[in-house]
Formats: sequence, structure tokens, C-alpha cells
Amino acid sequence: MTEHLKMDKVQPRMLDETGQGAITVPMDRPEGRLKVAGQATYAAEYKAENMAYGVLVRATITKGQVTSIDEGSVTSLPGVLGVFATGKMPRSPAQGTAGAAPIQPEGRVDYFGQPIAVIVAESFEQARHAASNLKIAYEAETAETDPETASEIDVPDGQLLDQGDIEAAMSDAAFTVDATYTTPPHNSAAMEPHASLAEWHGDNLVLHGAYQMLKFNREELADSLGIDPEKVRIHSPYVGGGFGGKLGISQEAIAAAVAARELKRPVRVVMARQQVFEMTMRRTESRQRVRLAADKDGKITGLAHEDRVSNLPEEGFSEPTAVASHFLYGGENRFFRQEVARIHRTTAGSVRAPGEAIGQLALECAMDELAEKTGIDPVQLRIQNIPEKHPESGLPFSSNSLAQCLTDGAERFGWSERKGVGKRREGEWFVGMGVASAARTNILMESRARVTLNPDGTALVETDMTDIGTGTYAILGQIAAEMLGLPTEKVTVELGDTNLPGASGSGGSWGAASAGSSVFLGAKAIRSKIAKSLGCAPEELRLKDGIATGANNRRPLAELMSGPISEEGHIEPGTTMEEFAQSGFGAHFCEVGVNAVTGEVRVRRMLAVFAAGRILNEKTARSQGHGGMIWGIGSALTEAIEHDPRDGRIVNHDFAEYHMPVHLDVPDLDVMFVEELDDHSNPLQSKGIGELGLSGAGAAVANAIYNACGVRVRDYPATPDKIFPHLPE
Amino acid sequence: MKITLNVNATPHDLELDPRTSLLDALRDHLDLTGSKKGCDHGQCGACTVLVNGRRINSCLALAVMHEGDEITTIEGVGTPDHLSPLQKAFIRHDGYQCGYCTPGQIMSATGMLNEVAEGWPSNVTADLEGDTDLTREELSERMSGNLCRCSAYPGIVAAIFDAAEEDRPGADQKSIEEKRVAAE
Repeated sequence: MTEHLKMDKVQPRMLDETGQGAITVPMDRPEGRLKVAGQATYAAEYKAENMAYGVLVRATITKGQVTSIDEGSVTSLPGVLGVFATGKMPRSPAQGTAGAAPIQPEGRVDYFGQPIAVIVAESFEQARHAASNLKIAYEAETAETDPETASEIDVPDGQLLDQGDIEAAMSDAAFTVDATYTTPPHNSAAMEPHASLAEWHGDNLVLHGAYQMLKFNREELADSLGIDPEKVRIHSPYVGGGFGGKLGISQEAIAAAVAARELKRPVRVVMARQQVFEMTMRRTESRQRVRLAADKDGKITGLAHEDRVSNLPEEGFSEPTAVASHFLYGGENRFFRQEVARIHRTTAGSVRAPGEAIGQLALECAMDELAEKTGIDPVQLRIQNIPEKHPESGLPFSSNSLAQCLTDGAERFGWSERKGVGKRREGEWFVGMGVASAARTNILMESRARVTLNPDGTALVETDMTDIGTGTYAILGQIAAEMLGLPTEKVTVELGDTNLPGASGSGGSWGAASAGSSVFLGAKAIRSKIAKSLGCAPEELRLKDGIATGANNRRPLAELMSGPISEEGHIEPGTTMEEFAQSGFGAHFCEVGVNAVTGEVRVRRMLAVFAAGRILNEKTARSQGHGGMIWGIGSALTEAIEHDPRDGRIVNHDFAEYHMPVHLDVPDLDVMFVEELDDHSNPLQSKGIGELGLSGAGAAVANAIYNACGVRVRDYPATPDKIFPHLPE
Repeated sequence: MKITLNVNATPHDLELDPRTSLLDALRDHLDLTGSKKGCDHGQCGACTVLVNGRRINSCLALAVMHEGDEITTIEGVGTPDHLSPLQKAFIRHDGYQCGYCTPGQIMSATGMLNEVAEGWPSNVTADLEGDTDLTREELSERMSGNLCRCSAYPGIVAAIFDAAEEDRPGADQKSIEEKRVAAE
């Protein structure tokens, strides 16, 4: 049986009634024991009998055609089994939710570092050595690699909006901001590199991989190989971080599958860290112009957000930097336009909070500049410009607690202690505070899960959903436990296998809501059967600690069940997503020290207040918040991919040169959740949280820098060289 | 070439390509996959193991260099059913998300606490001659070679402080446990 729900109308708040006490509580992750003991098994850690090792070989030109691959240059080397996948090798990973093969360019090269082939050998050392010796001949062409001078520019229709008259609004305004911000490319840089082990059993392929969205990845892999998706099984029970970098099938999986098929033995391919930077998705660089027009009271009358981003030719994705600028603040005159420069750099794709992550670095900095001009406190300015309804579509918000996030956060952080620009000096440090709003669009996706209740009071949740560190094992178990009235330790959660019912996958912050709703529905169907056995209406049924109560009856589960009850839950988005503007909201507060001698910035403390509907696990949600905030510190201060201006190659393709935050960059962080239930989002009343924590976080850091020392950095990241020359005496 | 590696107090006879890193020997030849490969360049710390009690990046060492050394990996620290206090603290404080850097964080913290106990100074130690206190800054400086992209740093720091307190000579275990229960 399948319990199906299309989210067309508000659902009862069932999780408020169930009473088991399993939901929301800060439960430890059930898979934690395996993780801390090194026993959780990631993709590269599976072994197969007679396994061979593959190493990818990359292009060393930016654009052109491979004219020959001299296989003889490596086949005589010890252990080498062959050079494979040259025809099937994809140019780029699939974009998120593509569900179809990425472009397979048959020897055409479109960026420096693009994979050309895989060399397979008996050992990793042999394959690595051979890969460094493979001779490839190219016919190179001139390539454009600079988005600012690119000759091919697209203007996507979906990113265009012209409402009212922005030019008139700007010229009539009492206060205006017209500022241009730039952000550099980023890499997801999950700690686990992309890895796949491919094993063929006849015509059937089993791939142990590191992927976020298995239902889609199976289609992408099958399409790339030209086989039926039914013949592909992907297994990813543990994924060492994703952040968008593992949304779509990538080159190592296709290479491993092709080589394994041809060699008739299992093949494992793991990307080197440098290859992860060069071949998988990067976040685009951006140039963003933000215009704000406000009347004498600081009410926004016009808002424009225009950008230039980039991607390879023929890639459909362009980072929607203005996505939250459409609804964060009001103003009747609005203008949006995006330009996509077609250039030959590593593929641009989704990196955590695509759009919001860099869009709010610009918009929230511009709001700080408007606060400065109007003389209105930045917290107050934001609160007074929160729109009643979506300022373009006119749709009501499903929930919008931004004002409360700002107000509660200001009080908790001690915002009233904030001094004027450059007015707080402690030794050789300028000290300042900054604030920024956070918004991340909320999405529900189709998802399925099977829930089984056993007469012994245990339960099993099964879905091909993934846990990429987000807490899926914990929260799906908690939802099932809450609905079935069981202690959480009685529920087992099986994830990451395409043999199980297909889920939404982890991405877009929709995983918990979507996969969680499917588990909720499966458990709800089981409740109906228990109610029937007990002789009561489903809404009368109480399930707690393995005891069913209802209609003056009280029985242990075992007495009501003749065997296991298994039900599938199936959620689909419905009209509530069209009739309501849905977003998570939040507020970031940050205190920094700027060194008066060196221009170095140190984050001293940070607070985020989030409104994300029902919190499913306070512990894992808090960790997601921390993660986002720290990503914000990175994007504000240190993270930047550097492309060689001559050929577009990524010159800082490792962790020594791509500077993500480390322990010493991160002070004590404070996270608060606003009490909120979003009835229009899904039957759990929850909203996504994985990307909300990053949205706006970096702008709070940048705004704190300005408050500390009066230097406004509009070219992220705010490295000392951009601050030091402008410091006051 | 033939070598013997002593890992977690067990000798293993191996025949290895001399190019094999200590990390690959552990992962691919001894099936000790708790040590992780994040960068293979000594830049992330996910492969941290102890060699004769000192923490090293096992990806930067060749296996053949460590014949006769006492190597300790995460598998030698605690098993899922018998976790060390530090491993338990990581679970309590959610000092991880995806779990990939976690064994390296735990091995590094284990080595780091020994270094502090032995009075080794760090880059942020004010007095190079005096005792070393495990301040927040000292802990963060000494753990900065272990990257965590999930950015579970707040939980990792809390877990290490928690376990260090429990491990302190003369610590009142009963009151620590009581405080912990009260906090939960």
C-alpha cells in the first residue's frame, strides 16, 4: 500500500499530538558510533575481488580537440591494463536533478583539467604513474576565459524582471545606493574526494559511489552508458560531504563503469584532490550591481539586482544570485537582469546555497550602505522594509519570521552596544559589529520511503535518500519513532541504495522536508491499520512506547499485529508551493577585530537566529547552522578560486592554496531557533535549514569590518591587502 | 618489497610497491579504512595516525619508512562497542557531520593532548619555557591542521575539552558524569 499526499492544502499538525517525545529533541546521530570508530564505509572503502585501480587523466589545454592518445606510451608500463572511456567520458558532471547524461564531447576539450581518459592498472601506484606518462596530442584553439571580456553573453529569460520604473525611483529617492560587488569562484571541497567502485554482474552494474541524489544519479549513469536504468544500482550509505559537489553523476563513475565493463573486472576510480577542483563543479564568480532607492524615512521604493556570472557553453545552469532579492525587502519599483558569460573555465554548478550564498553578500552589504546613508540602525532598516507579501507575485508568505529573528538576535547579541564606525579600539584592534538578514527559498520535492513496523516493537525505514552529514539517519528515525510511538533506538534507518524507494535526494535544503514527509506518510498509514485493529478512528489513536490506546482500549502493539506491517509513503509538492511564497529566514550578527597594523580580520563571535519551521533535531540542526555560518566566514574572508588569466586553469587547486576556514578561524558560535511552524510547507511543518545558515552570513562579517574600521570591501573575500591600504591612521 | 608494519599492536607482513604511502598501505592492504584520504598531500589531516605516539599525516609517509614503528590508527583507539572517552565526546557534542574527517580529528586530538601534557609550545603559546594550558586558542591552533568542510569545529572543540577534562589526572569522574547528565 502507498499513502500518497500531494501538498495541496494545509495538513494537521500531527507531530504536536503524537506525544512520544522523539521529534525535535537533540538526539545523537545513530550512526555516530560507526563514524567516530572509523567503521562507516565510504565509497572508496569498498573492495571487490580482483579489483583494478583507475586514475583519470586530464586535458592540459583549455580548448580544442584531442587528435590522438598514444596508448603505447603507457601500455608497456608494469601493471597497466589499458586506457579507457575516451568516447564515453563526460565533459562535466551532471547538473543537480538532471536525470540524464551530461555532455559526452568525444575528444573535444572545453576547459583546462577536463578528464580525457582513465588509465587502469593492477595497483593504484602503477595507475598513477602511468597517468602521468600518457601522451595526448591536441589541436588547440584560442579560448575565452575571462567573463568580463567574453564575446558570447546570454541573458536568461527566467532571470529578467522589470516592474515599475527603477530609474525614476532612483532619481526621485531621498537616499540611494548604487554599488557593484564582486565574488570569486568557490569549490564545494567536501572532505571525501569523488570516488566510485564499479562492478558488473552480467548486464547489471553495481556502483559504490559518493552521491547526493541517487534516484537521479541512476538515470544519469544509465543514460551515459546507454543502458536501462533498471540495470543500475547505486549504493551510497555514507557520503563524506556534498555541498552540491556530488549532486550529479561525475566523471569517475562513468569512467569506472566503462573500464570495468571492458576489463570484465571491478574498477575503482578516485579523484585526486586537484581533480576535484578542476573537474567537478565550481561556484561561478560574479559581478553584481545592486541599486536601492529609499524615501526620507528609509522606506525602500526601488530595488535592482543585476549580475554577470559565467558557465561553459551549453550548460543550462546559471547561479541565480538575485533569488532572495526578489522577496527579502519591499519596494514597488524593481529590476532584475542576469548575464551569463560563456567562457572556458571549469563547469559552474550548484555549490551550497546557489544564488543566496553570493547574492546576499551583495544585497545585505548594500543594505548596510543604505543604513549608513539614512542614519537608520541596520536592524531597524531591515525590519521596516520587510514586505507584507511577496513584492512581485503578491503571494502571501507561508511564514516569515524575519523581524523576530532580527529583534531577538539584536537583544541576545548585545547589538545596542554597537559603536559608530571606527569608534571602538582595543589595543591594535579595531572592533565592530555587523548584521545581515538570511533567506533561503523553501522547496518540497517528490519523495518515497517504506516504513515497516514489527510486532516486537521495532521499526525499519527504507529509502534511497542520502545522509551527507546532514543528519538524515537521525531525523528519519525520529519521525518514524514519533509517529509509531516507539523509542528512537527501536527504529533502524536504511539509506543510500537505489534498490530502496526513490527519495528527493540531498540538495536544495529539501531533503529533510521531502524524505521526512514520505516517512511521516508511511508511518501514518501504519497508524491507520493499528487503529483499525484496535477498533478506533485513526485520529483517536495514541501510540506511545509500544502501547496503543484508543476507544477505551489499551493494548501492546504485539497483540494487535499478526505480522510486520509495511507501508510506503509518497509525498509530492502541490499547490501550496504555488500559492505561497516559501522561505526560511534568519539573522546573522557578527563581531570582528580588524588589526590596525596588518589589516587582518578575526571573527570574535557570531550569532545566528533561524526561523525554519519545525526543528526536527535541535542538535543536527544547530550543526547545520554552524556549518553555514563558518562557510560564511570563509566566503567573507578567505575563500577564492584563482584562475590563471592566460588559460583559465585553476591555479590554487588544493587545500594549501584554497583557504577554507580552519579551527583557529572559528570562534564560539551561537545559534538560536525561533519557534515557528509552517503549515503550508509540508506535513511536518518544517523548512530547509542546510543552506539558510550560509545565506547572509558573510555579509554580516563584511558589515562588521566596515563598522570596525570604516573600510567597505565590495570585492570578496576581504583579505588584508584590500583593507590595509584604507585603514585610518 | 617485504616489510612488517606494527599496527595497533599487531604485526602485519606485507609485500608492497615501495611507492605505497603509509595511508594506502593501511587502507588498501590492511583494510584499515578508518584513516581517510582527503587530499593525499598533507593538507587536510584526515589521514592522521600516531607513530610511536606522535601524530603524523600518513599520506605524506611511505609505508616502507615505518618498519618497526608502533602505528596507532582509529581502529586501535576504540571500536563501536568500546569507544574511547574522546570518541564518545564527539558523539555527544555532534563533533562531526559527514564523518569523513572525524577519525583524523580524533587521532590528531589524541596526539595533541599528549603534546600539551608534555609541555610542547605552539605558535600561540606566550611563554615558550613555562607550562602549557589548554586554552581555547591553544586547542584551535593545534587542531588547525585538521580541516572539516562540514565545519563541525564548535562541536569538535567542545568534545576535546570535555574528554580532556575527563582525562585530567585526579579528575573527579563522578562529578564530571553528574554534570554531563545535568547538561543533557
